[in-house]
Amino acid sequence: MTAVTEETTTTGERPGGLQAAERTAFETIRHGLRLSPEFRVGLAGTVCLAVLATLGKVIVPIAVQQVIDRGLGGGVPDVPFIRNATALCAVAVLLTALCGYLMNVRLYRSTESGLATLRGKGFRHVHDLSVLTQNTERRGALVSRVTSDVDQISTFMQWGGLLVIVSLGQLIVATVLMAVYSWQLTLLVWVCFLPLVIALPRFQRLVARAYIRVRERTGDVLAGVSESVVGSAVIRAYGSEDRTSARIGAAVDEQRKAQTRAQQIIGFTFPITELVAAVAVAGVVVAGVALGVSGSITPGRLIAFLFLITLFISPLQTATEVLNEAQNAIAGWRRILGVLDTPADVADPENGATLPRGPISVEFENVGFAYPGGAPVLHDVAVEIGPRTRLAIVGETGSGKTTFAKLLTRLMDPTSGRVLVDGVDLRNVRFSSLRERIVMVPQDGFLFDSSLADNIRFGRPSATLDDVRLAVTELGLSDWVEGLPAGLDTQVGQRGESLSAGERQLVALARAYLADPDLLLLDEATSAVDPATEVRLARALDGVTRGRTAVSIAHRLSTAQAADEVLVFEHGRIVQRGPHAVLVEEPGVYADLYASWTSATHSS
Amino acid sequence: MPSNDSPARPNRSVMARGLRVIGTAIRAEPRIFTGAVLASAVYGIMTVGSSWALGRATDDVVLPAFRDGRFHTGALVGAALLIVGVAVLKAAGVMGRRILAGVMQYRMQARSRRAVTRQYLRLPLAWHHRHPTGQLLSNANSDVEAAWAPLAPLPMAVGVIVMLVTAAGAILLIDPVLAVVGFLIFPAIAVLNLIYQRKLSPLAMRAQQLRAEVSEVAHESFDGALVVKTLGREDAEARRFQARADQLRDANVAVGRVRGLFDPLLEALPTIGVLAVLLVGAMRLEAGDVVAGDLIQVAYLFTLLAFPVRALGWVLAELPRSVVGWTRVQDVLDATGSMEYGTAGLAGDSPAGVRADGVTYGYLPDASVLTDVNFAVEPGRTVAVVGPTGSGKSTLTLLLGRLIDPDDGAVRIDGTDVREVARGGVSDAVALVLQQTFLFDDTVRGNITLGWDIPDETVWAALRLAQADGFVSALPSGLDTRVGERGTSLSGGQRQRIALARAVVRKPRLLILDDATSSVDPQVEKRILHGLREGAAGSTVIVVAYRMATIALADEVVYLEHGRVTDQGPHELLLARCEGYRALVTAYEREEAERAALDTDEEIVA
Ligand SMILES: Nc1ncnc2c1ncn2[C@@H]1O[C@H](COP(=O)(O)OP(=O)(O)OP(=O)(O)O)[C@@H](O)[C@H]1O
Ligand SMILES: Nc1ncnc2c1ncn2[C@@H]1O[C@H](COP(=O)(O)OP(=O)(O)OP(=O)(O)O)[C@@H](O)[C@H]1O
Ligand SMILES: [Mg+2]
Ligand SMILES: [Mg+2]
Repeated sequence: MTAVTEETTTTGERPGGLQAAERTAFETIRHGLRLSPEFRVGLAGTVCLAVLATLGKVIVPIAVQQVIDRGLGGGVPDVPFIRNATALCAVAVLLTALCGYLMNVRLYRSTESGLATLRGKGFRHVHDLSVLTQNTERRGALVSRVTSDVDQISTFMQWGGLLVIVSLGQLIVATVLMAVYSWQLTLLVWVCFLPLVIALPRFQRLVARAYIRVRERTGDVLAGVSESVVGSAVIRAYGSEDRTSARIGAAVDEQRKAQTRAQQIIGFTFPITELVAAVAVAGVVVAGVALGVSGSITPGRLIAFLFLITLFISPLQTATEVLNEAQNAIAGWRRILGVLDTPADVADPENGATLPRGPISVEFENVGFAYPGGAPVLHDVAVEIGPRTRLAIVGETGSGKTTFAKLLTRLMDPTSGRVLVDGVDLRNVRFSSLRERIVMVPQDGFLFDSSLADNIRFGRPSATLDDVRLAVTELGLSDWVEGLPAGLDTQVGQRGESLSAGERQLVALARAYLADPDLLLLDEATSAVDPATEVRLARALDGVTRGRTAVSIAHRLSTAQAADEVLVFEHGRIVQRGPHAVLVEEPGVYADLYASWTSATHSS
Repeated sequence: MPSNDSPARPNRSVMARGLRVIGTAIRAEPRIFTGAVLASAVYGIMTVGSSWALGRATDDVVLPAFRDGRFHTGALVGAALLIVGVAVLKAAGVMGRRILAGVMQYRMQARSRRAVTRQYLRLPLAWHHRHPTGQLLSNANSDVEAAWAPLAPLPMAVGVIVMLVTAAGAILLIDPVLAVVGFLIFPAIAVLNLIYQRKLSPLAMRAQQLRAEVSEVAHESFDGALVVKTLGREDAEARRFQARADQLRDANVAVGRVRGLFDPLLEALPTIGVLAVLLVGAMRLEAGDVVAGDLIQVAYLFTLLAFPVRALGWVLAELPRSVVGWTRVQDVLDATGSMEYGTAGLAGDSPAGVRADGVTYGYLPDASVLTDVNFAVEPGRTVAVVGPTGSGKSTLTLLLGRLIDPDDGAVRIDGTDVREVARGGVSDAVALVLQQTFLFDDTVRGNITLGWDIPDETVWAALRLAQADGFVSALPSGLDTRVGERGTSLSGGQRQRIALARAVVRKPRLLILDDATSSVDPQVEKRILHGLREGAAGSTVIVVAYRMATIALADEVVYLEHGRVTDQGPHELLLARCEGYRALVTAYEREEAERAALDTDEEIVA
């Protein structure tokens, strides 16, 4: 449980994490509105309807009262008058309802459209963020940013925004009317409310902070749930259901506390309006009587004034309510802006170069790299990979092989030095061109929850079923596919979990192969495949990718033996390079690795 | 997905089910609820009270003062205090209701979230395979929220029922005929509500389902962000997500259309009632059946009804969505298939003996992945499980660690069927290192101990055994370094070693390694296996492996092909007599030999 609380304090503070720009509440709303232009579509009409509906709500009770007073007040009922008047009132009521309905529908439409756009933008930007930034936020929490955080905005947009306008109008009308009756008393009322008006922003800041906490805690809960679901096998294997449940329980509790706290703050601040209003009324009674005795106001005017105060108070109360709801929306906006404001530090360059397809050469120029907040893990890596080479990379665990691969595919940018493709700095190559030419197969073959065929053509959706079949055959995998119950239509399940680990890797490899890159980078892409299949696959790949560049990172040195050249990494440096045959002869890291490998794989 | 597409439940009225949901909450938090209702009642009474206080002040103080041209300070102050006093009570009512309603709502939410997530942990892996993570997130989040949404306005609605009943009683006493005319609004409300719920329920169901699907796409896409990036599919993913978000938008607009009609109509009804009463009243007045004063009173009483009716409307409006959320949550809670546990123990700390007796298993009903698997492992021995990709090795390890149960046959540890072992018994005795490494977003220590009380020296010893001590001590905060979600801040091999340390630190009686050393050096692996066998108590080890060296360490090999044990026995024996086995384990050697031959050929040609 301590883990959870600890975690909550570090959320968003990890180096390179998501960070919203500093904005005041007002700026947040403005910025938020700007992000969803749909909010403004047809706003004038909606406001008109809102004003009509509000007018109706105010006028109808007054009219009804008038009917009662006039129709029945004289002792003899004026039935024809009442009949006509009630009919008129009924029409007014229905018109009010109609206006209300039309306003609601328009509001729902523009709000929901705006929110859908906002979700889409947020989602897209998550994918624009660099891998490192993505990894600072847990998946579940990221999901909450495009789902429930956005939902928070809807309530405010659906009734809050307009009510503020309407209330403001009411407030002005009431003030003017009151001033007509007695400017002294109006002044008194305003003086009573002045402290509130001054204190309100302060309260609002408290409310805002409380709501932000709620959103963050909600993200934590989702992250916890996501982890427990994705890791369900490990949790069961170690019988740590209770611990996990306690961890999630703690997050749920934190969320509940944050929610309750937000509600408490609102619960305390909201009734203050009520109190101030009562003080104002009492003050008006006292001052009014004093004024009346001195002859400055008539009793009729004073009583009318007292009723007007109600007209003044109710919009003020609505406004406080709306402001609270606004804070909730702002909290939601801040969370999504936290995504949108975070710069995509590894970004698609503007006017980037589109490189022609064909044989590719890559050069690392004194490349150094350190993960944010960490020590350097690559030092002065300088290497060129010529066209059509097959390069193997080997080295101890943690020596920087994957880091090298991530720099080569520009999942990250080097901290020093440059990576060049065909002589062009990777940072100046258009993403679409880069991803077309260089494709990496990461170690854990993540698959999407759809069919085998869809997964294989993920990188090239235009591929037909025949293309998929051809690719599978070329890689020598058709026997395997045919052995599956539904062949290419087999559903692979979430993350591909309905396949075995080795099978997942086969699919991931086929997927990359069908994408048809000029440089194929395999990061332990066949680590879980059985040796016989691996050897077959390696041979197939060797044949079909002739003429392209292939870089493979592998613990199984069979790959290194087949390569033209081997790079040996140690502690973030390239310590040896050359063909296998040469390296085995030299005393050094490679020879040791190789000796250990042969002794491990040979029968005698 | 399966549990979520069951809107065709027995179509009992939404109202009845909604009330049941509310009833559950009231039963769970009776005191908080009562407090909130009382606070609302105070608020309701004081709302009436505040106009009464103002009336008193006007009649008793203000008007006499004007009449007399002087005022009584005491009376004036008294009137002011009365006004403020009533307001204080009213404010207290508001505050109490709001806070208590919030407490109730959030407690119920937290309760449901705990229940749902506990159920996630209880349900079998097979169930998890069928339910996308994003959907499960949505169940725990937005469905729970929807289910308990009516609790916020509920105390108000119940509290002001007092107002409703009082006003209705008074009206009835004054003139039953007018009362009947006016009360026609209640059946009208009922009908309106019925239509509303009929119309809204399917729409709300769809909206909630789409909410889950939006969350599903987001989760999957963020989970696979690396693949999306490396293949440059960001735009396509954004389109996929936008399509769902747009569907959700349309569903929400459809909901809004119905709700946007319901709200204003419900608000209009009381006024319509007042107008009807006026009209009929005027005619009755003309006929002399009622006196003017009574009619005025009835009309005013009716205007009083407007507020409670509106408060009731807030609850009614939330009910359909609440029922939908509740149903979706309940579907998870009602899902069956959790594992049954017995009472037997697997006590002792000597190595365990394991048998698989005719084990048959299939993930899908009619395709078995393992068929009639039989083998036995004597305590303290090491057995290697070997087989081509997809032959069922991992499935076998899951069965041995009792993550799944066989369809047929049994797994026995020390002669006890694992299904008869008490909850937690198997995982205490057996450590299973899965093929897919999974680390928690926790510290290195937390990932290894998983909450067990293990001294640091033991943790370090395990790390040493897994050859992880070197890099862990180089981490910025050593054992206290957080590894990030799924261990993102570590390299693949480092993650695998932590997972190994997690298993060996428990000194399990049976250790199962499912290809858990693929990125560990052969020598390291050798040391680990030796270390385990020669540890204080020693373990029985089952290891899924391809490497000759690893296999050679094993006393016996079980060779699987297409889910059947095609051969078992010592390595040399299998090498000699089992062709499939030989082809598999000598693949590298043969490859090397062929390449060498090829090279010589080339040299000769050259
Ligand atoms: N996201 C990250 N944040 C911080 N440090 C990291 C991160 N990823 C890797 N490292 C560190 O950088 C070093 C190099 O990691 P890398 O993944 O490149 O190793 P590797 O050579 O691929 O190892 P393996 O063979 O185990 O896959 C390791 O010490 C690792 O702990
Ligand atoms: N959750 C699942 N649902 C349906 N089928 C599955 C599921 N998991 C595995 N399978 C299928 O069961 C078979 C055996 O899978 P298993 O993971 O046990 O293989 P394996 O021997 O461990 O393979 P590998 O060497 O690749 O790890 C495979 O054909 C696989 O497609
Ligand atoms: Mg790596
Ligand atoms: Mg497996």
